[in-house]
Amino acid sequence: MSRLGNLGARLYRGEVGYDFVAKRMLWYGVSILITITAIVGLGVRGLNMGIEFKGGAVYTTPETTVSASKAEEIAEDAAGHDAIVQELGTGGLRIQVSGLDTKSANSLKDEIAAGIDVPVKDITAELVGPSWGEQIANKAWTGLAVFMILVVIYLAIAFEWRMALAALIALIHDLTITVGVYALVGFEVTPGTVIGLLTILGYSLYDTVVVFDGLKESAKDITKQTRYTYSEIANRSLNGTLVRSINTTVVALLPVAGLLFIGGGFLGAGMLNDISLSLFVGLAAGAYSSIFIATPLVADLKERDPQMKALRKRVLAKRAAATSKGEDTGRDDEAFTEVPEGATAGVVGPRGRRGRSTENRR
Amino acid sequence: MAAPKKGRRPSGGQGRPGRALALILIAMVALTGGMFWSGHTTPRLGIDLAGGTTITLKAKAQPGQEDAVNETNMNTAIGIIERRVNGLGVQEAEVQKQGTENIIVNIPKGTDEEQAREQVGTTAQLYFRPVMQIALSEPAAPQPSASGSPSAAPSPGASPKPSASTPGGQDEKATAPSPSATTQGRALTDALRKAPSPSASGGPSAAPSASESQLPAPALSPSSDPTADAGLQAKFAALNCADPKQRASIKGAKPADATVACGQNGGVWEKYLLGPAEVDGKDVDDAAGVLDPERGIWKVQLEFNDKGAKKFTEITGRLATQSPPMNQFAIVLDGEVVSAPSVDSPIPGGRAEISGSFNQKSAQDLGNMLSYGALPLSFEEQSVTTVTAALGGEQLRAGLIAGAIGLALVVIYLVVYYRGLSLIAILSLGVSAVLTYTIMSLLGPAIGFALNLPAVCGAIVAIGITADSFIVYFERIRDEIREGRTLRPAVERGWPRARRTILVSDFVSFLAAAVLFIVTVGKVQGFAFTLGLTTLLDVVVVFFFTKPLMTILARGKFFGRQHPWSGLDPKRLGAQPPLRRTRRVSVMTEPKEA
Repeated sequence: MSRLGNLGARLYRGEVGYDFVAKRMLWYGVSILITITAIVGLGVRGLNMGIEFKGGAVYTTPETTVSASKAEEIAEDAAGHDAIVQELGTGGLRIQVSGLDTKSANSLKDEIAAGIDVPVKDITAELVGPSWGEQIANKAWTGLAVFMILVVIYLAIAFEWRMALAALIALIHDLTITVGVYALVGFEVTPGTVIGLLTILGYSLYDTVVVFDGLKESAKDITKQTRYTYSEIANRSLNGTLVRSINTTVVALLPVAGLLFIGGGFLGAGMLNDISLSLFVGLAAGAYSSIFIATPLVADLKERDPQMKALRKRVLAKRAAATSKGEDTGRDDEAFTEVPEGATAGVVGPRGRRGRSTENRR
Repeated sequence: MAAPKKGRRPSGGQGRPGRALALILIAMVALTGGMFWSGHTTPRLGIDLAGGTTITLKAKAQPGQEDAVNETNMNTAIGIIERRVNGLGVQEAEVQKQGTENIIVNIPKGTDEEQAREQVGTTAQLYFRPVMQIALSEPAAPQPSASGSPSAAPSPGASPKPSASTPGGQDEKATAPSPSATTQGRALTDALRKAPSPSASGGPSAAPSASESQLPAPALSPSSDPTADAGLQAKFAALNCADPKQRASIKGAKPADATVACGQNGGVWEKYLLGPAEVDGKDVDDAAGVLDPERGIWKVQLEFNDKGAKKFTEITGRLATQSPPMNQFAIVLDGEVVSAPSVDSPIPGGRAEISGSFNQKSAQDLGNMLSYGALPLSFEEQSVTTVTAALGGEQLRAGLIAGAIGLALVVIYLVVYYRGLSLIAILSLGVSAVLTYTIMSLLGPAIGFALNLPAVCGAIVAIGITADSFIVYFERIRDEIREGRTLRPAVERGWPRARRTILVSDFVSFLAAAVLFIVTVGKVQGFAFTLGLTTLLDVVVVFFFTKPLMTILARGKFFGRQHPWSGLDPKRLGAQPPLRRTRRVSVMTEPKEA
């Protein structure tokens, strides 16, 4: 517990130093594992598509004494299709009948009303033709494609193509995870889910952009020094913006969580719940990917750049020279994982007292 | 997203923070004032929150007419659907185009949804029916019954309707209740002529004589049933076309039955007693409003297909021999008489024209109606959502509670983490909330913005986006303090870089919202709109409220001295005392412009 408290305090002081970049292969592995699981889950279990995609009807009734199983019987008898009935927090029922078209769904409302003994006018009905979901999905794909293209262009201009590429990969990664979670858990996919999914786009990138912005700044004068390689700078910058990333994610998740649990608790499944669920999953994935995937990817891509290769060479040469002189600069990999003096984004170079402050805190 | 050019120099904006704050306060007061002045103090609620029915229709292109789904046809369809829905007596029904091929129909609660669905979804019905009787329908309630009763009284006698054999007598009875001037005027203004086509002059004499001898029997068979006719006569007598409810109630007659209908003539409602439909709207091949170059007047040209041409020849042949108003036929669209031209002579050959006191618009409108047989496109019902007002209210409540809880959680987190600084964040969130609410309320009447459930959801999600900007800025300030700066320089030095990050990330959010808004359909747009709006407002609030407030408070005691509870306590932040030799790190000393 004290360790956790310690981590909290260090986070507060902005002095965490985890070597995300050096351990990137671990996180790439984790991500690849998650992605494979997601794809397998998608292939094996598939997505549980809501009636909006299959065509059908959802009826929400006011408070009723009829039990869910009885209502299911009534609905199935009347419709000749499978029905799913859930009890809502309001005491009402949510009756979902799939495989209907909007025409036949209309008369079903009357039969259900009669069956569970509530006035027809108090029943809320959502009737969906089978091609409606297809249309929504098509639009969603278009939106996804357009957004990705625009955002890659924008990021390539605002930052550089490597960052744009890394951000895009992180984005696809988030979407895959989210879809995978839906496949594995079996949450229902509705237009609300699609909305949420599309919103993740913007949000996932928000975090990534915050991190990249810090990185861009830190790396500005990188070729003018010989202390750090690009990867090390990237890692420092990442650690520097870590608090920010965590805070923005927590703050973004809090309202969504409110939405998820209140929307869900109050009304059972519904639009609020659908949007917030996919947002919740996607936001968490987005925060993870911006830290563990996007930045290490940028570092990887950057290290292939001849300039950065040359820098790495110079840095390593200097370190080798220093070590042979017996002057331990404390900048081997082990020590580098602890960056005690507030790894502020943008700080290139040490600021003295490294050894002392490390001791103080241990 | 244009960023206001502020804070060009980190410490140069001494006099500005007050001005910026004043500006945003004025904006808030103005918006709030505007809200109360316009009387729209709450955002307009969407159907899913207020209750009602939403029908989404998708235009379907007929095979071989793939380019039929175009803007003109969509707009015509919207016009027709709007007329139909509002013909139900609903004033607030909304018909909107969404995307390129969808039409959304919003019908507020308290309307007969089933009827609305029937009206909206089906292709409109266009029929040509012979006119039996016409009467003026007075707007005042007692009047029509007075004028109707004389016509009702003689009707049983006339009910066998030997109209063809004794046209004169029938004529007198029919025209008696209605001021003859109207009928005559109508007959004169809307006259049906032979189209000046070569085929028209071909066999006029042969056709009428044939139809004359054959047709009376089939035409009379439905109306010769005395009981049905008496009922119809009574209905005709009681009909008051000035009442929209009554107009709606008489729609939907079967084509094979005689019926009553209403129609407007020069702003005056007239009621019609009509025979069974003789020609179907589907039999019209083409129709258009054109300018007659010789006479210099607007007319409507009609062209029938083979089947229609045959039937039209018959009906005109029969009608031409009768006297007014029985020589008229009514063009009935969706149960309403749009025109009732009289027939002078039989019109064979499938081409005809209607002339009268048309202007360009009325001629073209009628042409459109005739040629499209009603809707220019066929539509498929994509989804129908009916929400009871009770459930809508419940969902709104759930959304608001969720929002309040989300906001509370964010506030708690900010207070715990940022202590005194959270005050600035909370005030900024408050400003943001006021701006969002007032703008949403004002957008209702301005652009028809309606707050639906996804929009509420978007607003809640936006709390996070808005708070994110403060976090970015606060963390920047704290970074500066960790490096050993005192608060005032930290506030100024942290700003340019925080501003940059906020703008870049807000731009991405806004881009996502904009793309979502443009490409999506249905409810998603509300979500995207709210998200986009709040993202923009976030930029405004951060620039004009948070930053200036921070600058001012940094001068004060509590924050200025970096009180332990201010969230800026250097000790707690693990700050380093300023060290000269770190100056060599050029990145740090010169705050860079974004």
